[in-house]
Amino acid sequence: MPTGVPIEFAGVTKRFGPVTAVSDLSFTVEPGRVTGFLGPNGAGKTTTLRMLLGLVTPTAGSATLGGVRYRDLPSPLASVGSALEAASFHPGRTARDHLGVYAKAARIDPKRVPIVLDTVGLSAHATRRVGGYSLGMRQRLGLAFALLGDPGVLVLDEPINGLDPEGIKWIRGFLRTLAAEGRTVLISSHLLSEVQQSVDEVVIIARGELVHRGPLSSLEIEGSATKVIVDSPNREQLTAALSAASATFEVARAGILVSGLEPGQVGHIAFTAGVEVSSLHRQKSGLEDSFLALVGEGGSL
Amino acid sequence: MNTFVPAFRAEIAKILTTRIWWILAIILVVYIAFISGGLGALFGFLSKAGGAEAQGAPPMDILAPMLYGSVSTFGYVFPVLLGALAVTGEYRHQMLTPTFLATPKRGVVLSAKSAALLIFGAVFGVFGVIASVGAGAGVVALFGLDTQLDHSDTWALIGRGVLALALWAVIGVGLGALIPNQVAAIVVILAFTQFVEPTLRAVTMFADWAAALGRFLPGAASDALVGAPSLFTTGATGVGVDPLEWWQGGLLLAFLALVLTVLGYFVSWKRDVT
Repeated sequence: MPTGVPIEFAGVTKRFGPVTAVSDLSFTVEPGRVTGFLGPNGAGKTTTLRMLLGLVTPTAGSATLGGVRYRDLPSPLASVGSALEAASFHPGRTARDHLGVYAKAARIDPKRVPIVLDTVGLSAHATRRVGGYSLGMRQRLGLAFALLGDPGVLVLDEPINGLDPEGIKWIRGFLRTLAAEGRTVLISSHLLSEVQQSVDEVVIIARGELVHRGPLSSLEIEGSATKVIVDSPNREQLTAALSAASATFEVARAGILVSGLEPGQVGHIAFTAGVEVSSLHRQKSGLEDSFLALVGEGGSL
Repeated sequence: MNTFVPAFRAEIAKILTTRIWWILAIILVVYIAFISGGLGALFGFLSKAGGAEAQGAPPMDILAPMLYGSVSTFGYVFPVLLGALAVTGEYRHQMLTPTFLATPKRGVVLSAKSAALLIFGAVFGVFGVIASVGAGAGVVALFGLDTQLDHSDTWALIGRGVLALALWAVIGVGLGALIPNQVAAIVVILAFTQFVEPTLRAVTMFADWAAALGRFLPGAASDALVGAPSLFTTGATGVGVDPLEWWQGGLLLAFLALVLTVLGYFVSWKRDVT
């Protein structure tokens, strides 16, 4: 079983002419965990991953895998598997031939080709030309390419994009399995909600700079300004009672949003005023809220 | 660790797993057979109609090698296109990403591609020679003329024709790296090989000083390498400039391939893949 090595970014910077795409980025991704690499579109996620994989040369700093630059790895595909974009296929080539070409280039046993096609569920379409594939099938083929060398490190750029609900459920479980086997798994996404069920750690960047890193739960603490949603068959009585208790609230479609109070306190106000309550619970958007607060205005485009 | 051999095998597999190589090969064979057979029939007919002194027809002893050499004079555009498509396809379909992920040493990938295209250019050369010799010798024999297939000179010429097409495929790799936009590369190749170069060669034939330069045109160098009497040299009169020696022509083509490929490496190949 291949084991993962840490991925290290040390002061990585990339300028495209006058535009600074990534600015002095430093963080480490540990093996045995799924790390979500998050940020809005244009934050520099893909550029950062491409620098890690030797496709883009950093203006300054270095990105290494177990202390080694990608281009110095003796057998790159057997050490690091990556899937960067869904369109990197020759439309006239079959899935099997596509993987076969790169297995040859990387000296990987051709027997791996049917194995990884089976893993991602593409065996039935192995001899079809990729030009006729759907977006979800291309995503799966990209993942098959990443798995070709049975690598200890996986780097996947937006792997959930374009998958159907069944595929999303499958890949979440699959990524967790890979991490449990001791591999290093780094996945990028512009939507926290897309990956929050599968990641242990988060690294959040915005405008090319690191804004947050830590376990997923660290986002909940930072997003502690939660609200309570309460509703009643008689909203006017409820708002009157809340006003009388000088609570801060706003009226929304789903109910009344109360700030600065615990659900128990809101329930007590309603009880003492004799108002019937039809729903009462804490708003469940703490993670997404703190994510949006971190990445700033115009977050998820 | 040696990554060249695996990269070379992958480049061969890339060509074999797509359709363009045999589509181009079929067009090459049909086109060259048509040219060689058609010219053979035309000149054979002229020689029969007007006797040995027929005006406009080349002397009968050079007809057969001229037809056999048509593989390079008219067919060299096909290996160039194959080479250029092998490179521009990587850009067009964003395949440089998986390619460089599998083989991060980019110089190794480009040299492996050149080597693979040298092989496929030679394969095109063999197909083209089968067409030019098959159709040419058939027509020549039909008119009762000497096919010269029992001369060792003829077979040396045929071998050099294969070498010429092999080198042209490598030139195509360099052009593709220099002009990564596939449409632009195809337009430049077709415009140069089908219009610019033939025009320049025709124009430079009319003065000695120009002909001295014109023989360094890539197509002229290619004809010199093959060593077959070509339409360009037989049609001209009063030119006192000898074409290049065959080995000079070959070296010139190899040098052109090297320069274009090295330029292409720096212009596009080693850039960021975004």
